[in-house]
Amino acid sequence: MSNVTLSKSQNSVSPLAFVRESWRQAVIYLGFAVLFIIFSITLRDQGFLDINNLLNIVRQTAIIAIMAVAMTFVLAAGEIDLSVGSLAGLSSVVTAMVLRDYGLVAGIFAGLCIGSLAGVVNGFLTTKIGIPSFLVTLAAMGICTGTSMWISHTASIPILNQTYAFLFGGGDIGPFPILLFWMAIIGVTGHVALKHNTFGRRVLATGGNETAAQYSGINTKVIKARVMLMSSMAAGLAGMLYAGRLQSGRFQFGEGDEMSVIAAAVLGGTGLAGGHGTVVGSIIGAIMIGMINNGLTLHGLEYSQQLVARGAIIVLAVALSKKN
Amino acid sequence: MADTNKSDGTSACGIETARQTDPPAIKMTGITKSFGGVLALKNVDLEVQQGQIHALLGGNGAGKSTLLKILRGIHSPDQGSIEVNGRPMLVHSSEASRRAGIAMIFQEMSLIPSLTAAQNIFLNREPKDTFGLIKDRFCQEEAGRLFEEFNVDIDPTKLISQLSTGQCQLIEIIKALSQRSDILILDEPTSALSDAEVDLLFDMLHRLKEAGVAIVYVSHRMDEILRIADHATILRDGRLVLSAPIGNMSVESIVGHVVGKAGSNLSVPKIVDETMLGNTLLELVDASGRHTPHNVSLSVRRGEVVGIAGLLGSGRSSLARMLYGVNPIRSGDIRIKGRSVKLSSPEQALKCGIALIPEDRLRQGLVVQHSVARNICLSVLDKVSYWTWVSSKKVAKLVDEQIAFLHVKTDSPNTKAKQLSGGNQQKVVLAKGLATLPEILILDEPTAGIDIGSKTEVIGVVRQMAAQNKAVILISSETAELIAGSDRILLMADGRIKRELSHKDLFPEQLNDASSFQEAQRRLQVAIQEVNANV
Repeated sequence: MSNVTLSKSQNSVSPLAFVRESWRQAVIYLGFAVLFIIFSITLRDQGFLDINNLLNIVRQTAIIAIMAVAMTFVLAAGEIDLSVGSLAGLSSVVTAMVLRDYGLVAGIFAGLCIGSLAGVVNGFLTTKIGIPSFLVTLAAMGICTGTSMWISHTASIPILNQTYAFLFGGGDIGPFPILLFWMAIIGVTGHVALKHNTFGRRVLATGGNETAAQYSGINTKVIKARVMLMSSMAAGLAGMLYAGRLQSGRFQFGEGDEMSVIAAAVLGGTGLAGGHGTVVGSIIGAIMIGMINNGLTLHGLEYSQQLVARGAIIVLAVALSKKN
Repeated sequence: MADTNKSDGTSACGIETARQTDPPAIKMTGITKSFGGVLALKNVDLEVQQGQIHALLGGNGAGKSTLLKILRGIHSPDQGSIEVNGRPMLVHSSEASRRAGIAMIFQEMSLIPSLTAAQNIFLNREPKDTFGLIKDRFCQEEAGRLFEEFNVDIDPTKLISQLSTGQCQLIEIIKALSQRSDILILDEPTSALSDAEVDLLFDMLHRLKEAGVAIVYVSHRMDEILRIADHATILRDGRLVLSAPIGNMSVESIVGHVVGKAGSNLSVPKIVDETMLGNTLLELVDASGRHTPHNVSLSVRRGEVVGIAGLLGSGRSSLARMLYGVNPIRSGDIRIKGRSVKLSSPEQALKCGIALIPEDRLRQGLVVQHSVARNICLSVLDKVSYWTWVSSKKVAKLVDEQIAFLHVKTDSPNTKAKQLSGGNQQKVVLAKGLATLPEILILDEPTAGIDIGSKTEVIGVVRQMAAQNKAVILISSETAELIAGSDRILLMADGRIKRELSHKDLFPEQLNDASSFQEAQRRLQVAIQEVNANV
């Protein structure tokens, strides 16, 4: 599509408009680069640029990034999913329990099932019953956390299966953490699906103008149900990765992640209003949040100060991308 | 000709002014306005007296809405002056116009459905007691008093959502009046009202007139104009045609002025020989929707363009939406090639070879923040992809074809749809529909708000589709394009098809010159008014 050049009109796109359009997209990458350079300079003695530290950032942010990829679809379709964090916790608990009682394959299967199940319910309530996704997933958030506390008696459930721990988050292939591969697989799939696939086009059209999408023959309810399903499946996988990385299942895993996930997507240029979004931006957004956390920790800031600084940086980045 | 029996408009105006001692409520003089080089109004005068119901008439694009927007302070005139109650209006803003006492009753209700009638009337200026709390009881009593004063039987404590459209319209007017507006603008106020509600509205307008309120009344229903208005100002192509008391006008004479003598660049299609048409492609048998239309039967043959004329609220668009699977069908049958089909979504309609160019291109037609290319291929994503991978080559081919075919003026296919002009946006919507290679094409007001050049092109495409043996339904408010585009015209009113006009009815003398085209337009207009009058 981009390789077509037509000169139908005498005046071409004004350079100003082009800069204004690309600024929104570019500001996240610029911000990322600027922050990276700042941290590299100010933290060169604290080992910010150490390969281990950089891989640590990936370890800490890959799970958020995976959920942010799916969240990009949800936001692009004009919906929202607040249940991802608590669903990840539930998925970690369910996986750990089934793994303990029925073995590796059953555990993995159970983890995938719980995510899909939650997604089907969320999608059904949003599209068939017509409850706004904000409310559906707000309720689901409580239900997931409650369920995982209930079935685990708020205790941590250990995972002793080393294969599982290796595959789902704990292991390294060569110098690279396996989480990096998970993130790459989900990221590339998501990017292709949103950018080059008919499904992605339909998602963007649904979020951009639902009525026009319907008039164009798109079944917008099916599209919305599918993005809700995708988001929940990604959250289910995230919970399994938490379980593998920390070799246990615990209801607190993923607590508050929904905010980081939404922040990552928004930082990456995906609007809450629907109609546009990029998967690459969301991943960069997630890594940027991780990098900020890491940099501020190395700077010796306390967790309380980190929260304040992180909030300010996110607001600043989004405000800059708005300004045109 | 209709305009021979009319006396000079300006002298009639002068007599009326002499009778009045007060300055006119509205005096717009020499208003000129152009948009991007296109002249919308040229040297137009409008003078409305206090206690006068003043009809503002003209076809689509005549400049009525521009004039009203200038009066409402939404646009400022390039030239000309406005005086309200003898005071010149120097600042042109909504706020200034509101303070001058001008209120416009919008077609889309500006009432909040979840609040009561009384709460809506006092919205944002609620009377408060000494503790700063809203005096709800007082509001209700005050609203009740206002309703009583205007002889309107509405419970002020009822929620807006529980009231009928007509009642809401009355509340809007009362709300405007309670804010001390003494100039009311009503734009097609009766399109959604029942007969009884229309009577109620007119009753109220009569009272307001007695009380000295100046009313500007825009409507396409001539019987209403004759019934209620005192004076008419008629615009055509942005120019003042006539301003005269309504007293001795007839539907025919008004329509004559609205249509005018100016030649249109739309030409009459060659009269299609019935035997040239193909088989019946689309058939509706006694079909009714949930609200409208009622018991519609029609058939469209291959190679035929069936025009549908009717006023706002006549059920034209509901019919189109029913055929496209947006609105459900309640009873009756839709048949394609003789086989009964069930259309419950646009998806199915598209599969059956039906495409709709919807009336509201911004709301129903386009994803405006997406590119031209994305919009064009939205309905045919499966056709431009390998399995589900969207092929940029196929997209480019399709989009280039459509852009070239319809002469869409865009910098590139990647330009956002919102950056195009109205006419080009409409062509993008058309391209999206044509890309589905429909056998049955339905166009709902395809030329609304687009420039004259694009209009002619759109009608050209309609004829071309017919020439390619497709069945076309053309819905329009513009008589010229209906006559130029269609082989026969169905007249709708009140959700029913009331009459059918063939070429022979419109061109009894078989002449194809400009004057007979204009005469045909006049005939069609009069017929539309007739079917509406005896609803």
